[in-house]
Formats: sequence, C-alpha cells, structure tokens
Amino acid sequence: MTMKFNRRGFIKKGVIALIGAQLGYLFFDSFKRKDQSDKDQKWFEVGPLSNLEKNTIYPYQSGQFYLSVLEDGGILAFSVKCTHLGCVIQAQKDGFICPCHSSSFNKYGEVMSPPATRALDTFDIKVKNGILMVNNQNAKKRSQFEKSQITYA
Amino acid sequence: MTSKPSKKSYGIFTTFLLHLHPPMVDKSAIKFTRTFGLGGINALLFVILAVTGVLLRFSYIPTPNQAYESILNLQNQTFLGGLLRNLHHWSAKLMVITAFLHLLRVFFTQSIYFERKRNWFYGLGLFALILAFNFTGYLLPWDQLSFWAVTVVSNMPYYIPFVGEGLSNFLRGGPDVDGHTLLNFYNLHTSILPLLFVVLMSLHFYLVRKAKGVTLENPEEKEMVIVMPNLVIRETLVALGLFIGLLLVSMLFAAPLLEYANPQLSPNPIKAPWYFAGMQELLIHIHPTLAILVVPVLFIGFLFWMPSQEIKRENIGKWFYNEQGKSILIYSSLLSFFFTFALVLINDYIIADMMNSLTPLLFGWIPFIIYILLTIGIIFFLKKKFKIDKFELFNALFTIIFTSYVVLSLISIYLRGNNMELIF
Ligand code: HEM
Ligand code: HEM
Ligand code: FES
Repeated sequence: MTMKFNRRGFIKKGVIALIGAQLGYLFFDSFKRKDQSDKDQKWFEVGPLSNLEKNTIYPYQSGQFYLSVLEDGGILAFSVKCTHLGCVIQAQKDGFICPCHSSSFNKYGEVMSPPATRALDTFDIKVKNGILMVNNQNAKKRSQFEKSQITYA
Repeated sequence: MTSKPSKKSYGIFTTFLLHLHPPMVDKSAIKFTRTFGLGGINALLFVILAVTGVLLRFSYIPTPNQAYESILNLQNQTFLGGLLRNLHHWSAKLMVITAFLHLLRVFFTQSIYFERKRNWFYGLGLFALILAFNFTGYLLPWDQLSFWAVTVVSNMPYYIPFVGEGLSNFLRGGPDVDGHTLLNFYNLHTSILPLLFVVLMSLHFYLVRKAKGVTLENPEEKEMVIVMPNLVIRETLVALGLFIGLLLVSMLFAAPLLEYANPQLSPNPIKAPWYFAGMQELLIHIHPTLAILVVPVLFIGFLFWMPSQEIKRENIGKWFYNEQGKSILIYSSLLSFFFTFALVLINDYIIADMMNSLTPLLFGWIPFIIYILLTIGIIFFLKKKFKIDKFELFNALFTIIFTSYVVLSLISIYLRGNNMELIF
C-alpha cells in the first residue's frame, strides 16, 4: 500500500494543530471575558456625602474598595487589591498595608514601601443629588498619584 | 513445603517490574547508593497519588460552594476518608522532595550528557508537571490558604511583558480566582496533567534503558547479575518501606484545612505553598520583574543549555565530577548559605529603608547586583583554590543557586511573622 503522505506525521500534525487551535481560542477568549465585565457600568451607592468626615479612610468590604477622604474634602476610591500580587490590603491610620509581602501605601495610594511598584488602582466617583457613588467594576491602573485623580464634590 | 521458583509463581507486581528491566544488570548499578532508588520511589509515589486521587474524585465536588464542604464530609463522615486525603497530601509533598533529590542525584553524577541529555529534558518536564500538580491540587480544598496562595501566584505572570496578563487570565479563566479557576484547576489536576505525566514518564523509562541503564562509577569493572531476584527484591523492599511510612504519617498527621475561603480578607501573614516559599521571599527583596522573569529564565536556560557541553566520558558517573568535587560542593554551599542569609538581613534592615527614602522605583536592584557580585567572588575563590574547570564551575554555580533558594525558603517558612517581618 502506498500513500501520498506519511500517515503518522499527518495525524501528529493534525493533533498538534487541534490542540493549538483550542489553546489559542481559550487564550483569546480569556481577554474577551475581561472586556465584557469592563463595559458593565455598575455604580455602587455609598450614601450621603455629608456623612463622610475629612481625613478618614472608609472600608467598603462588600464593594471591594476603600474611600480615602482627604483633609481638603477631596475623595479617592481605591481597589482593595494590592498592586503587587493581588492580596487585599488593610487600612491603617494614615494609609494601607498589605499582609502578603508588606507593601505599604499612603492615603493617596502612593507606594511608601515596596515590593509593590505601582500606586493603588482607582475607581471613578460621581455625586448625584448629594449621594456618592463608586464605579467599582472598572479598576483604573496608574503608575503614580496625580491631583487630577481626586474628586471634589 | 518446598516449591521451585518458576515464572508462574511471581506475583503481578514482580511480573510488572520484570517488564521494565533488562534481564541482567551490572552489580554496581543496583547498589542502593548508586541511585538511592529515587526514580523508582517517584514512580511509586505517582501510582499512590493516582489511586488515592481517583478515589478522592468520588467525594470531591469542584465548585466554590461545595468543595470545602465535600472535604469536611470526606474527613468527618466517610470511613477512612481522612486517611485517604492525608495519604494523597503527604505523598504529594514527599514527591516534590524525592523528585528534587533525584534531580540532584543525576546532576551530581554527571548523568545528563550525551545520550542522557534528552532524558534530562524529560526529567525537567516531569519536575514541572509535579509542581503543576501540587499547585493545582492546592486550590481544590478552597480554604483561606489555597485561595490566597493561588491568588498571589496566579498574579505573578503580570510582570511578564505583553503576554503575562493574558496568560494569567487564561489560567484563571478570568481576572479573579473564582469558580472558573476551580474548574480549570480541577480538570488540569485530574485529567490533563495525569495524561501528560504518564506519557512523559514512559518516555523517561524508555530512554533510561536506551542509554543502557544508569551511569556507573567504574564502567570498566563489569559484573552482571540477574534482575530477578537481585534488583526486584530491593525494589519491593523499598516500596513496602515507603508505603508503610506514608501510611504511618497519614495516620498521625492530618492534612491542614483552614477556614472556608474569604475573597475579602487576606490572612496575615499569608504564605505561599512551601515549594514556592523561596520565591515569595525573593519577591520581598528584589524587583518583581527580576524575581518572576529574569532569574527563572536565566536559571532554567542554564539547566537546558548545560548538557549540550562536551564533557569527558571518564567523568560521567563520578559523584561530584572528581575527587575534589565534594570539597567544592561543601565550600560553595557553605559560602552561599552564609552570604544569602547575611544579604537577607542586611537588605531587610539597611538597604531597603535607605532605598525607600530615595524612590521605590529603584527597589530591588541593589541586592540583586550585590548577589551577582558575591557569586562571582565565590567562583573566583574556587578558581584560585581548586583550579576548577568549566564543569566544576557549572556544579558550583548550581550549588550556589539552589543553596540560596533553600535559605530563602527556610527564612520565609520559619522566620517571617506578622506583616512579613523577621522574627527571631
Ligand atoms: C493522577 C491522578 C490524580 C487525581 C485524580 C487527583 C485528584 C485529587 C483530588 C480530587 C483532590 C482534592 C481533594 C483534596 O484536596 O484533599 C486532590 C488534591 C491534591 N492533589 Fe491530587 N490527584 C492526582 C494526582 C496528584 C499528584 C501526582 C500530585 C502531586 C505530585 C497531587 C497533589 C495534590 C495536592 C497537593 C492536593 C491538595 C491536597 C490537600 O489540600 O490536602 N495530586 N487531588
Ligand atoms: C517524578 C518522576 C520521575 C520518575 C518516575 C523518574 C524515574 C527514573 C528512573 C526509574 C530512573 C533510573 C535510575 C534511577 O532510579 O535513578 C531515572 C533516571 C534518570 N532520571 Fe528520572 N525520574 C523522574 C523525574 C526526573 C527528574 C525531575 C529529572 C531531572 C530533571 C530526571 C532525570 C533523570 C535522568 C537524567 C536519568 C538518567 C540517570 C542515569 O542514567 O544515571 N528524572 N529516572
Ligand atoms: S501582594 Fe501585596 S505586597 Fe505582595
């Protein structure tokens, strides 16, 4: 029996191609799932603005974020996830500390001590009829703190 | 009653072993100290893990809501369920160690060159699979330990440029560790990895025989003996001893299980699985891109590149390359032990604070550079003292690096307390 192509080689290549296609599909699919959740604009209702005191950090565990109210009334919302490797940071008096590799951040989210190399991710904030809301679905990466990231009501 | 040994009277186990071996082997090849039986021990551990693993599958439920409870039920309500889990747990831990010792054995008897090069690659593949097994298995109980360890490790690829984030999300099935991750890991752990492992292990065994057996200290002095009973009896004894030992440990010590996973609270301190503890400690000291990308790529590259070098045949099979090899090993491991430990302390108490006050962006470059300089220093010292050649240099470098990893692991496991501060 003669064959035009080598059967074993053909099957081998076929199997590799199939596995490759499947892995490729899964790989790109994993990007897609993330993009979809980004489009999902959901706002977490924090409550009346007037309840917030200056110079305080408020934890919102169920919303996975911290509110940092600055001395001039400016507000920042931080993701609870450490920018180093994703542990949940803990609020201190004047900033945050990560239990995993002890990175610390100040109330602006800036890195005070590594291993983290990026400032904390932020969430958008808006105020509607005196009620503060946080878009906790879409974490914004930033390399450092800038004044423009603060929201003033 | 007397009975002549005949082929029919062998048990299943013996017959199986006879299939794997040639009929005759060299006497010095089956001396216990030639291989310490480590390859066979690994194979047996895999069999134990596969059997206990398949049994565990009968009660384990791979969903975030039910995984933890299913393990509690297994431990508390199933006859011998706890023992089954403990057996799987301790065998898995032991296998990391025995596979690593086996790696050391083949490395330091220079059994990785020429016709054994390919088997060294397969071996490295097997080692990677064992780590993957352990890591995916770690998540399955879905307790605080597994959830956070997997969160931290699965974020590591983020520091690999371009492909890192995609890779992380691919493995996790999304941006967070959740039900998708559990299902992914469960499938990897109980079907894909075992398949790959069996294939690689078969190739590995085949290549050992193709290379005409293990390397020997003095290949010229051949004295052949028959495999049955000389080798088979030893294998059976080691196997029995290992199994009884594991059974005892599993009866005495329960596999850990913390509270149910809580994605809103990282425990303090959180520790990576022990075989990644050295990595976690490294992450405290040097820049994440160095720790996660540069160092592993360099080290693994070195392991793959090294066997392509042309070693002299007469050095193959000699423990530690030659007579002075043992001294080089002792010097390099002691020096590395001391320097790594000192560097960790100095970095924690002095350099880190100094650099923080400058800029966190420079974090972790100074200790990395100091470490490289120290390593070069040790090598120069050895060059002067022992006049080492290329292969002795490889062995020394390997010794220095793996000793450092052991030191980092020990510090991470035993000397780190709350907020990862050093405790004495
Ligand atoms: C070959 C088939 C295997 C199957 C079907 C299997 C199945 C399972 C299952 C169902 C669990 C969940 C139960 C539990 O967490 O206690 C588990 C856990 C685990 N497996 Fe496997 N496994 C296999 C092989 C292996 C191998 C080869 C290793 C390591 C080298 C390994 C390491 C682990 C670890 C570390 C855990 C976590 C155990 C614990 O937390 O106590 N498994 N495995
Ligand atoms: C965990 C799965 C493994 C199993 C079941 C296994 C099994 C074996 C066995 C039975 C031998 C014959 C001699 C001996 O027992 O030492 C052997 C030799 C060998 N193994 Fe493995 N091994 C495993 C992992 C590894 C790893 C992790 C490496 C290295 C990275 C490796 C590299 C080698 C090499 C190079 C040889 C040839 C040694 C010689 O000819 O002297 N193996 N293996
Ligand atoms: S995850 Fe926060 S310091 Fe590593």
